[in-house]
Amino acid sequence: MAATYTLRVNGKSHTVRVDDPQMPLLYALRNNLDLHGPRFGCGLGQCGACTVHMDGRAVRSCNLPVSQAAGKNILTIEGLGTPEKPHPLQQAFIEEQAVQCGYCVNGMIMQAKALLDQNKRPTEAQIRQALAANLCRCGTHVRIVRAVKRASEMA
Amino acid sequence: MTTSAISRRHFLKASGALIVTFTIADGLTQAATIPAAGKTVAVSEVDGFIAVDEKGRVTLYSGKVDLGTGVSTALRQMAAEELCVPLNRVDLVQGDTALTPDQGVTWGSLTIQLGGTQIRRACATAREALLARAAEKLGVPKETLQAKDGEIVRAGSAAIPYTQLIGGRQFEMKVDEKVRLKSPSTYTIVGQSVRRADIPGKVTGRFTYMQDVKVPGMLHARVVRPTAMKADLQSLNDTAAKKIPGYVATVRKGSFVAVAARDEWAAIRCANALQAKWSDWQGLPDPAKLWDHVRTTKVVKDEVFQNVGNVEAAKNSAKTLSATYDFAIHTHGSIGPSCAIADYKDGRLTVWTASQATHLLRKQLANMLSMNIDNVRCLYVEGSGCYGRNGHEDAAADAAILATELGRPVRVQWSREDEHGWDPKGPPTLLEHRASLDASGNVVAWESVVYIPDRPKGFEVTLVAAELAGMPKDTAFPGNIHQSLAIPYTFPNVKATARWLAETPFKPSWIRTPGRMQNTYANESFMDEIAAVAGIDPIQFRMQNLKDARGIECIERCAKLANWAPRKAGSRDNSDIARGRGFSYIKYELVRTYVAVVADVEVNRQTGQVRVTDFYCAHDCGQIINPDGLRNQIEGNIVQTVSRTLVEELKFDRSRVTSLDWDSYPILRFPDVPEIAIDLISRPTEVPWGAGEPAAAVVPSAIANAIYDATGVRLRSVPFTPQKVLAGLKRA
Repeated sequence: MAATYTLRVNGKSHTVRVDDPQMPLLYALRNNLDLHGPRFGCGLGQCGACTVHMDGRAVRSCNLPVSQAAGKNILTIEGLGTPEKPHPLQQAFIEEQAVQCGYCVNGMIMQAKALLDQNKRPTEAQIRQALAANLCRCGTHVRIVRAVKRASEMA
Repeated sequence: MTTSAISRRHFLKASGALIVTFTIADGLTQAATIPAAGKTVAVSEVDGFIAVDEKGRVTLYSGKVDLGTGVSTALRQMAAEELCVPLNRVDLVQGDTALTPDQGVTWGSLTIQLGGTQIRRACATAREALLARAAEKLGVPKETLQAKDGEIVRAGSAAIPYTQLIGGRQFEMKVDEKVRLKSPSTYTIVGQSVRRADIPGKVTGRFTYMQDVKVPGMLHARVVRPTAMKADLQSLNDTAAKKIPGYVATVRKGSFVAVAARDEWAAIRCANALQAKWSDWQGLPDPAKLWDHVRTTKVVKDEVFQNVGNVEAAKNSAKTLSATYDFAIHTHGSIGPSCAIADYKDGRLTVWTASQATHLLRKQLANMLSMNIDNVRCLYVEGSGCYGRNGHEDAAADAAILATELGRPVRVQWSREDEHGWDPKGPPTLLEHRASLDASGNVVAWESVVYIPDRPKGFEVTLVAAELAGMPKDTAFPGNIHQSLAIPYTFPNVKATARWLAETPFKPSWIRTPGRMQNTYANESFMDEIAAVAGIDPIQFRMQNLKDARGIECIERCAKLANWAPRKAGSRDNSDIARGRGFSYIKYELVRTYVAVVADVEVNRQTGQVRVTDFYCAHDCGQIINPDGLRNQIEGNIVQTVSRTLVEELKFDRSRVTSLDWDSYPILRFPDVPEIAIDLISRPTEVPWGAGEPAAAVVPSAIANAIYDATGVRLRSVPFTPQKVLAGLKRA
């Protein structure tokens, strides 16, 4: 059943027409709005590569129906900063070179932002716990933890 | 920085070739249009590797690709250094069969060592040619000139920019294999921790991965796989799929089934709506009896890879030891499932792919589709991290079949289930070790046998689509998995044998450190077992059986880094959380990179949980191109292999893989990741060796040895699950 939704993403409103209200938000972001920062990793909410913020909370966009995102404030990694003007978290990831393939890094940064929004000075153990449900296959973990720590100290 | 938009054009006028590129990130470009006629891809030609345009920008053409390791930055460093141009003036085109030389598969920890060295020689040849041209122009001896920052300079004269000597034209000369290379003491770019060009784009969501590429007019497709690995399609009903808005076509070729739609979600819905009936097939071995199956598989041949002295003559020793080790089947587990786009137009096929082997894939696609290879082009676009031959090539084959069938560009994105279920696997590996000791505890004989699937002649891995569709297909190469079975130690009698098997349960391929990891796991665990029996400190035991100064230095530096106190292996800690440390060492394939590691572990005696708390690593890969990039690789090797050692194991039933997601095939999570300390042994005047695999090889044995040190329990079966630890503790 086709439907039209208004999505408020990174401060801008977009009208999205979809054939299926159950289509996950991820596909609307990537294909309708050309925001490919959120990534498809599992479609099961298990890896975190697709993480975005909805009304300030980190959510998995790969299994969140677009219908449930309508009218909410969505923030994607593109809304944080740009290569020229990175957000402090993004800057910290650059400083620490906390990337190997970088496919998971969207989720790492968006999940870390949710942590830092709640807890400005997390301990290393708290950072590790906050990222426990985000998977990285390249083994970049130690750098990612350092980057989040650095970002918390930059703020 | 512009991304995924056509932002820079290269006109190679002399050749009449127009190459349009789009920028993925600063310094990384991707050619996007077909016309490339005239650009040589010969590895013997300077023009195969580099082009200098009228503005002095250098394009480096690399057949080796960046699989998420950061090696594209290192290759640009090597090129810029040898060509004497600023790094930010060098762009990289990688893995495009129409533009880049075939430098072989990006595998085996060889990108810097082989690929980088080829590039270095091409750039040095070019630099010398530019010096010679300038010398001729100025009428002065070449020796009075210097190449610097993209110019030829001479004291007291105006500099001549490269653009005046070559800009926009071709070198038209062979790579000089004996060319004078720059002295490492003059390096200003190589050896520096230059920041990676791709990272700003990656952390801001602007980088274009394979999964993000869009080709105008493309359809989205999903494949529907059999419910059993070798089942045949009996019937297919697509009535329900056809009713889904956006449905375009169902494609069936033999047992290859796919559905294409206008948009991605529609393709997923259509695939779910297809009703396929498959035959029953139960050809996989009983997973509970996997190792019996491996041991009783038909042997093609035994091949001896190390034969020193005569192990038979040493049979009547004072003491003999034997141990059997096994190493589970592993999946690659890239975080982003494989993806590819294919376009078939006017008899020509273009494929965008994250394949680590575009030239080999091109050959395979031409074979599968019975096409002339000249009409197939594969272009590399970086995907999710790739640690060997995973599903990328198979997704490309899916897309290629669909594009030829439908006559439109088709994008195939694998699901998580496709990736876990259908990528080729690291084969189950069984090893048997035996040693004889004299009365003083000296090793007089060492024997090892590894049971591994046989190697066909070619390096291809059979394409899933070709198998299912019944199209021409290749054999399956498991990687050089006999490597590092031979040992670096100076025992008087040594024999290392590979028992090549006729088959293995799943289609095999190479996963990071293939064979070297399994073989080193057994070798270095067994070394520890012998040291324990002989009552010698494990590090001391290795040192007294080594005659390699560089290896000994690596071991000493690791011991210092870890603050190792000499210990008799197997000291027991009776507390509930038992702590121990283990050592391991390798000289990779006996000819290159040295690595020595210490692992610290905590074993929970109640739950059987093993936690690796710290890793200490001394690493000597000769000349270091980018120290921070190297550290990143070593860290990745260690963390990924801690994961493989502690938690990873493919699950299956008689018909198919059953560990199809991250719950059933878990990998290591943040709270369980060790702290890592690294000592890089820098040798600027030595040749640069690889670092993508060696540090992984020593991880399983270091952990096994640490667990023994903590508890007195020998774990000879990877992964080291709590169940195996508890069973060991019960026996102890």
